[in-house]
Amino acid sequence: MIKVDNIRKRFGEEEILKGITTTFDKGKTNLIIGQSGSGKTVLLKCLIGLFQPEEGLIYFEDKILQEMNEEEHRVLREDLGMLFQGGALFDSMTIEENVMFPLRMFTTQKKSEMLERVNEVLKRVNLENVNKKYPAEISGGMQKRVSIARAIVNNPKYLFCDEPNSGLDPKTAIVIDNLIQEITHEYNITTIVVTHDMNSVMEIGEKIVFLKNGTLVWQGTNEEIFKTDNEDVTSFVYSSDLFKKIRDIQIKEQ
Amino acid sequence: MKYLKDIGSYFLMLKRVFSSFTKSAVLKKLIFKEIDDLIIGSMPIVAFISFFVGGVIAIQTALNIDNPLIPEYLVGFATRQSIILEFAPTFISIIMAGKVGSFITSSIGSMRVTEQIDALEVMGINSLNYLVFPKIVALLLYPFVIAVAMFLGILGGWVAGVYGGFSTSAAFIQGLQEDFIPFHIIYAFIKTFVFAFILATVPSWQGYFMKGGALEVGKASTTSFVWTSVLIILANYIVTQLLLS
Ligand SMILES: Nc1ncnc2c1ncn2[C@@H]1O[C@H](COP(=O)(O)OP(=O)(O)O)[C@@H](O)[C@H]1O
Ligand SMILES: [Mg+2]
Repeated sequence: MIKVDNIRKRFGEEEILKGITTTFDKGKTNLIIGQSGSGKTVLLKCLIGLFQPEEGLIYFEDKILQEMNEEEHRVLREDLGMLFQGGALFDSMTIEENVMFPLRMFTTQKKSEMLERVNEVLKRVNLENVNKKYPAEISGGMQKRVSIARAIVNNPKYLFCDEPNSGLDPKTAIVIDNLIQEITHEYNITTIVVTHDMNSVMEIGEKIVFLKNGTLVWQGTNEEIFKTDNEDVTSFVYSSDLFKKIRDIQIKEQ
Repeated sequence: MKYLKDIGSYFLMLKRVFSSFTKSAVLKKLIFKEIDDLIIGSMPIVAFISFFVGGVIAIQTALNIDNPLIPEYLVGFATRQSIILEFAPTFISIIMAGKVGSFITSSIGSMRVTEQIDALEVMGINSLNYLVFPKIVALLLYPFVIAVAMFLGILGGWVAGVYGGFSTSAAFIQGLQEDFIPFHIIYAFIKTFVFAFILATVPSWQGYFMKGGALEVGKASTTSFVWTSVLIILANYIVTQLLLS
């Protein structure tokens, strides 16, 4: 479980996060949604320690991120897996080296042990026979899967994903979403996914946090999101024609 | 104001490059890779340019001293002086600012825009140490590149002078030995170390702190070349003033 308590973050004059309070549950896929520029990525980067919020506290279980010492930080980092928007695979390394990288950094395992684990996670994300290829030589969907493999190779307790299906076709996007959810349940991870994709909301939105201009305006589940009267949420949810039509059909049926 | 801030960020960067070191086994591999990319990879172009520019220096000198009173060995002498003092250390470094410098800026810059640097930081790796320190170590071998440039430049001068009929081999070699001041070599290599440090750190700094996307990576490489070459020229002036006058 991760809890944030009144987080504020500014860049220069501009306040990007204006006091956000919520919890992200263990063993669930927690979604942060909202329009582009609403501060989703900034919130995520505060959670993983890339940005320091000016105010507010972040709890990992019962420990406060801001009050951890160097050693506690190091231990926490080993428990974090992050899937970046573009994959962020190291393009000078092969797929195998990319996935092995966290193990080389965090463990003292023998090469053969590391390799065994690498093959295990690559298999888990349904990738085989790509070990010796470079990121540029495989498709976007495969890169995302390698990136997931790298994020989970060291058995993280927390998994963060920034727009995991941006740039993917709808079918591949669903495969990636489902993979993230399966892994979350399988290993009982606290997963946080940033997205603006309504398909993901429907597929995997077990807990949803809606941001608008740096403020949390709504939270709930993917069933509740279609029933809420909150105007910000409805205008986001029904911004696509498809969802408008679905809503109209539902209203007619009633 | 903006320049002051830039300069501040450069020195803060240097401080972080030399703190929280990456695992040594990992660093060792990175250093060898940088030696391959930055040093070995630059040899062909450096060799090519040095040899031919050395030749041109010899021909130009010979053509400009048609006066029979001026001794023939001057061709060798002038070639040696210009190559050791300026051409090899400074001119080659400016070329390296274009080749190695823009390579460093664009590779670090694209790691920045594709969040590879963030990925390192999330894993608790000091990305500045990981990325920049190996480059500084690799460029400790840079004087070797300059030594090769000196040798090939002089060889090029000899070939052009002798086979072009501007000087006899004996006179050229006499010129090479005439009035030889060993301190000039020391001066040249002190400069080279200073330039190597600039070449490793300034382009890294430009790439590391860039913002934006692929287009900005290209712009950053250009800006990086300007900064690096201007700093090399300024450093050249300062070191020369301190050591030779
Ligand atoms: N490193 C930064 N420096 C300054 N401003 C930033 C930085 N990162 C993000 N911002 C600003 O914060 C706002 C929210 O950005 P972001 O969280 O990336 O939006 P999104 O919800 O699309 O992920 C944007 O206006 C962006 O310009
Ligand atoms: Mg974003």
